[in-house]
Amino acid sequence: MTIKTIQEELIDEFAMFEDWMQKYEYMIELGKSLPLIEPSLKTEDKLIKGCQSKVWLHSELKDGKVRFTADSDAIITKGIVAILVRVFSNQSPEAILAADTSFIDEIGLKEHLSPTRANGLVSMIKQMKLDAIAYQTQLKT
Amino acid sequence: MALDVQKIRADFPILQRQVNGHPLVYLDNAATSQKPQVVIDAIVDYYSNYNANIHRGVHSLSQEATDVYEAARNKIQQHFGIQHAHEVIFTAGTTHGINLIASGFSSFLKKGNEIIVSALEHHSNIVPWQMLCERTGATLQVIPMKEDGTLDLSAYISLLSEKTKLVFVNHISNALGTINPIETIIQKAHEVGAAVLIDGAQACSHIKPDLAALDVDFYVTSAHKMCGPTGVGMLYGKEVWLKKLPPYQGGGEMIKEVSFEKTTYADLPHKFEAGTPNISGGIAFGAAIDYLNNIGFDAIEAHEKGLLEYATEQLLQIEGLRIYGTGVKKTSVISFNIEGIHPYDIGTIVDKLGIAVRTGHHCAQPIMDFYKIPGTVRASFAFYNTKEEVDRLVAAVSKAKQMLT
Ligand SMILES: Cc1ncc(COP(=O)(O)O)c(C=O)c1O
Repeated sequence: MTIKTIQEELIDEFAMFEDWMQKYEYMIELGKSLPLIEPSLKTEDKLIKGCQSKVWLHSELKDGKVRFTADSDAIITKGIVAILVRVFSNQSPEAILAADTSFIDEIGLKEHLSPTRANGLVSMIKQMKLDAIAYQTQLKT
Repeated sequence: MALDVQKIRADFPILQRQVNGHPLVYLDNAATSQKPQVVIDAIVDYYSNYNANIHRGVHSLSQEATDVYEAARNKIQQHFGIQHAHEVIFTAGTTHGINLIASGFSSFLKKGNEIIVSALEHHSNIVPWQMLCERTGATLQVIPMKEDGTLDLSAYISLLSEKTKLVFVNHISNALGTINPIETIIQKAHEVGAAVLIDGAQACSHIKPDLAALDVDFYVTSAHKMCGPTGVGMLYGKEVWLKKLPPYQGGGEMIKEVSFEKTTYADLPHKFEAGTPNISGGIAFGAAIDYLNNIGFDAIEAHEKGLLEYATEQLLQIEGLRIYGTGVKKTSVISFNIEGIHPYDIGTIVDKLGIAVRTGHHCAQPIMDFYKIPGTVRASFAFYNTKEEVDRLVAAVSKAKQMLT
C-alpha cells in the first residue's frame, strides 16, 4: 500500500469517532498494540528526547524498504508513534522523503505534533526522514 | 474571615471562559496566576491616559507616570516589610534578579570560596551559579533533599563554613510546594558570614513574607505569579549589599555623570535599573499587590489550606495515586502520579476535560531524578479556585486512569 492510501485509510478510521474520547481510546489501543521495539534496541542512541515523553526509534533496510519499530514511555504518544510507523514503515526511502504529514491534522491530532508540545514526535518524524536519506544514499552506492 | 470565592472569581475575566467545551478549571497557578480586571485596567489606564517616560521629563505626563511608578515601588516596600524604598529594585522577574546577584558576586568571589544551593531549585536557576563558579573558580555545594521533599538541614549545616559566601534557596519549591525553613537557613548562613538570596517566586502568591524580620540579604520574586503582569518583578537587597554590588547593566537611568574618562553611577535604586523600565508592568504590579491585600493573606492562606486538604484527601481515594512532597509544611501544590501511567497521558486527557494542570519535570530535573520518575502531574491551587473545581479535577483524573489502564 502506498503512504497516501494508508493515510486515507487512517482518515476514514478516525472519521467514525463521534467524540474525542473515542478517538483517544482508539489511540490508546493503537499504542498498546504497537509491536514493541526489541528491548536491546532501546538504547540511548535510539532515544529521541522530548521534554515530556520519550520516543525510541529503530530502523533497518530490508529489500529496499525501510522498516521502523518504535516505542514511547507515554501511551498517547505511543499511539501516535504507532500511526506514524504504520504510515512510514515498509516504504521506499523515496516515498518516505516525499510524504507529508498533513493527515495528522485531518484526523484531529495536530496539537500532538506541535513543536512546542515537547513529546518527541516532531523530532521522530525528522529522524524517520533522516534515516530515509541515509538508506537512499546507501542504496545508490 | 472567610473569602467570598464567587465574588472573587467575577474579578477574573479569564475564569469565565470555556476550554475544549468545558468551563475552564485553571490549576496551573504555580506556572503563572490569572489576572484580575483591576490589574488589566491599570495597564490600559497607563497607556490610555498617562503614557510617558519616567524620571526624566519635566512635563506633567512624565511627572504623573513617575509618581505612579514610584508609588508602586512604595507598595512593594510596604507589602514586604522593607525598610527603604531604594532597597526595592524593579526587575524583569525572578530570573533577572538572580542573574543580577550572581553577576554582582563575581567581583567578590575567588577560588576556594563556596556557594550553596538546594536540591529543590528550579533547575534554570542553578545555571547562573554554575556560570559564576566557572568565572571565579568558586565551587557549588548542594543541600540534599529527603524522601518527603524537605531539605536535609543537618547536611546543610555541615556544608557551611567560612568558605561559604552565598546561600541560594527557594522559599517554596515549585515542583512540590514544600515550604523551606528559610529562617533557620538564613540564621545559620549568617553565623559563618555568608549572604543569603531567597527565591520567592512560588511563595508570594500564598504568603506575605516580612523581609525585615527574616533578616534576609536578598529576596527576588516575579509579579506574574501574584496576579500581576509578566516580565516584571522585584529584587530586594539590603542597602549595604546593594551599595557594595557593582551595577549589572550599563545604560540610561543608572548613571550620574558620564565622560569618556569616568562615569559615576546613580544612587540606589537606579544604579540597577538601566534603560527605560517596564513602566506599565511596574504600575500593574502595584495594583496586583493592592488587590491581594484587599482580599488579605490570612483569608488567602485559610482558603488555600482548605483546598489543599480537600484535594489531597479526594485524590488519595484514587487507587495507585501517589503524592510527592509530603512534608508537613507545604502550600497548595499537589504533585502526583498514578502507578503505571505516564504524567503526560494524564495531562492530555484532563486538558480535554477543560482542566489545566502542568505535567513534566517542572524545571526541577534533580527532584525527578531523586524519585526516579519522568515527571509528575502538578495541580497548583490559587485563592480563586473552588472545591467544585477540585471535584472536577478528581473526576477527570479518575476518567484518565480508567481510559489509560
Ligand atoms: C521557584 C521559581 N524560581 C524562579 C522561577 C522563574 O521565574 P520567572 O520566569 O518569572 O523569572 C520560577 C517560575 O516558574 C519558579 O517557580
